[in-house]
Amino acid sequence: MKKTLLAAGIAAMMLGATPVMAKTLVYCSEGSPEGFDPSLYTAGTTFDASSKTVYNRLVQFKPGTTEVEPAIAKSWEISDDGLEVTFHLRDDVKFQTTDFFTPSRKLNADDVIWTFERQMDENNPYYKLANGSFEYFNSMSMGELIKSIEKVDDHTVKFVLTKPNAPFVANLAMDFASIHSKEYEQQLLDEGKPELANQQPIGTGPFQFVNYREDAAIRYQANPDYFRGKQPIDNLVFAITSDAQVRYQKLMAGECHVMPFPNPSDVEEMKQNDDINVLQEAGLNVAYLAYNTQQAPFDKPEVRKALNMAINKQAIIDAVFQGAGEVAKNPIPPTMWGYNDDIQDDPYDPEKAKQMLADAGVENLKMNIWAMPVQRPYMPNARRTAELMQSDLAKIGVDAEIVTYEWGEYLKRSSDTKREGAVILGWTGDNGDPDNFMGVLLGCDGVGGANRSQWCHQPFDELIQKARTLSDQGERAKLYEQAQEIFKEQAPWDTLAHSTVFMPIRKEVTGYKIDPLGGHSFEGVDIK
Amino acid sequence: MFKFLLVKLAQLVPTFIGVTIVAFAFIRLLPGDPILLMAGERGISAERYAELKAQMGFDRSLVAQYFDFLKGLLHGDLGNSLVTHSPVMDEFMSRFPATLELSLFALAFAVIIGLPAGVLAAVKRGKTLDHTVMGVSLTGYSMPIFWWGLLLIMLFSSTLGWTPVSGRISFMYFIEPVTGFMTIDSLLAGDWGAFLSSLHYLILPAIVLGTIPLAVIARQTRSSMLEVLGEDYVRTARAKGLSSFRVIMVHTLRNALISVVTVIGLQVGLLLAGAILTETIFSWPGIGKWMIDAISRRDYPSVQGGLVLIAFIVMIVNLLVDIAYGVINPRIRH
Repeated sequence: MKKTLLAAGIAAMMLGATPVMAKTLVYCSEGSPEGFDPSLYTAGTTFDASSKTVYNRLVQFKPGTTEVEPAIAKSWEISDDGLEVTFHLRDDVKFQTTDFFTPSRKLNADDVIWTFERQMDENNPYYKLANGSFEYFNSMSMGELIKSIEKVDDHTVKFVLTKPNAPFVANLAMDFASIHSKEYEQQLLDEGKPELANQQPIGTGPFQFVNYREDAAIRYQANPDYFRGKQPIDNLVFAITSDAQVRYQKLMAGECHVMPFPNPSDVEEMKQNDDINVLQEAGLNVAYLAYNTQQAPFDKPEVRKALNMAINKQAIIDAVFQGAGEVAKNPIPPTMWGYNDDIQDDPYDPEKAKQMLADAGVENLKMNIWAMPVQRPYMPNARRTAELMQSDLAKIGVDAEIVTYEWGEYLKRSSDTKREGAVILGWTGDNGDPDNFMGVLLGCDGVGGANRSQWCHQPFDELIQKARTLSDQGERAKLYEQAQEIFKEQAPWDTLAHSTVFMPIRKEVTGYKIDPLGGHSFEGVDIK
Repeated sequence: MFKFLLVKLAQLVPTFIGVTIVAFAFIRLLPGDPILLMAGERGISAERYAELKAQMGFDRSLVAQYFDFLKGLLHGDLGNSLVTHSPVMDEFMSRFPATLELSLFALAFAVIIGLPAGVLAAVKRGKTLDHTVMGVSLTGYSMPIFWWGLLLIMLFSSTLGWTPVSGRISFMYFIEPVTGFMTIDSLLAGDWGAFLSSLHYLILPAIVLGTIPLAVIARQTRSSMLEVLGEDYVRTARAKGLSSFRVIMVHTLRNALISVVTVIGLQVGLLLAGAILTETIFSWPGIGKWMIDAISRRDYPSVQGGLVLIAFIVMIVNLLVDIAYGVINPRIRH
């Protein structure tokens, strides 16, 4: 009896070891998704597991770039006054057929309208269910921007805006704008379990959801009805592995094919490994030191410039980023359109800095440097950065003290206009538009909020405001280039760094592209 | 016996109330605000902040919030997670079996190795074997779990390829949870491959989590064996001419076990604490990893609910140990 059982076991094991000849790609993801409805969340980990796999949007970022290209909408036009944006939808887009849902029709204008209604119409049952907590939609001010959405015909949708807004179309490529199936969600409402939309997602994307074992693994399979054709891999598994060191071990052992967020100190060793390719690209981010420009003596541009010249940024790149970054001279990263490469950065020159401070009548300056307590994609170690700044500043006679708070508290206190000291912080782009950096972080509206330098400078703000209303990208780029000149003269920040993103993948993986916006997508990826 | 039980149960009540206060206060004493953390660099408007705060019920006095928590608790309702919006009780229950399974295997490993090692060390007192066992167990006891785990992964998984690096079962299998124990569920599903795979994935984490309890058990077994070996009745047994095996196994070990069982019971609390680190290293989907995530997101309902449930489990286990103690040692029963 025992022997038969054992034999059966071995047989089963051998069968198990060769399940089918299906191609399965395993991605060692860094954390558990908060849910599967991308409109409810703001975390990249959640988007990777939902919007990047299961869903599509009207428009999308061309893989590996921040350029906007057609997706569910095959084309769009913007009216001359910039107030109406009309999208023409593809007519061959099907929602996924799964164990839990079988669509009776293809995607049409109703689904598009439903997607936005549920995030802005107080009477929509999904709006009520979430208590209106669509934080990304809200933080991009979409509710204030969209006046109405009209169905022109089954495959044409018109957005009417309250004011012209150039980044609007790019916003629709963001995760929160993922198109939901009205039919599926209505069905869930009828069955009295609308919350399932957040657990069993249905979209039009390249992969369809199979199941989720909490904190362990998420499984997807290729969507056979995908409008761009079925994916080369059959199954996609997210193996949730929160420790970077363990992800690296798994990648080496062949337990996963792709891993995000390696420890910067492991990258060199990974590059030596014959089984691993390390992809790298400049991230769409910036790290900065923001002075409080409303407080003396930091209200004087020459004082800010002097401090900038005293800080050795290359040393920070070498010591803190360990080479995985480049010195920033502008508030936007160099891969973004509108980047002004003619700008000359203030050179590292402690002697001159000392002189400039003396000329400005500043003596025995004491200041705080705020170092955030967490590692972020744009800043591996703020504490160490602050220490380097502290010793640089000491050389010109400035006595800097490092302060820090718990992360939530840090974000809140650093927004205060009465804050003492300069804050280390950064930003990762949402939609690839320069306005998403310069408008959000340096515009007058942001004072007391995301504008940590509390800097409201009319000539700069006018350029930014104007650029927001134009639809011609060439004209906008010119305005942003001018704005960067003003920014450099005024120096509300010391622009520190743009970090490099590394993606270690196994050699047999092909077609993977780093998303400059920080997401992880497996569309078009294959295993040799 | 009945009275003994009743007294023990009554003693649990004040402890439990204390636990609820500590759990409630702990997460609120930590600086950090769930809404600000969620908003991140993007920030949030003051109106929206106030709105969300009211929705989550954090605008009311702490006393009112605490009594709400207590009231819910009495109805078995721990509230909903701020992040996933699912009931905390469901989130806990779906992950707890994973932790329990890991802990049981770790405990089994600790007992199976630790007990004989302790007995051997006691019998060979002062010999090389004794020094070796005690030396190794001291090392095991002082081993930082995180470092030990990574070390084993690098050796057995990456270099030798004997065991998987992390996870609970190979991704090739998906077993519908019935009991939540992967080993049992795979057997219930009749899938031998899955069963073997789940065992394979258990080896390293169980060794890592079981290392400290193993050291404690070995040392406790040795010292209580030595104590009993010095008793008069052991000398009498030897004088009667009983085989030394019989003297050790029947007359000594059985009596020495009383204190060992207590120590094993006390390991449960330690195991649950150790599980937090072990689960993080091995990506084990249990409550340890879940609690870490909840704390870093300042998910108040999950943290306070999770703490109360864990404390409750430890209390129940301790009660069971007390009862077992009474069964092994009749002198305890009053």
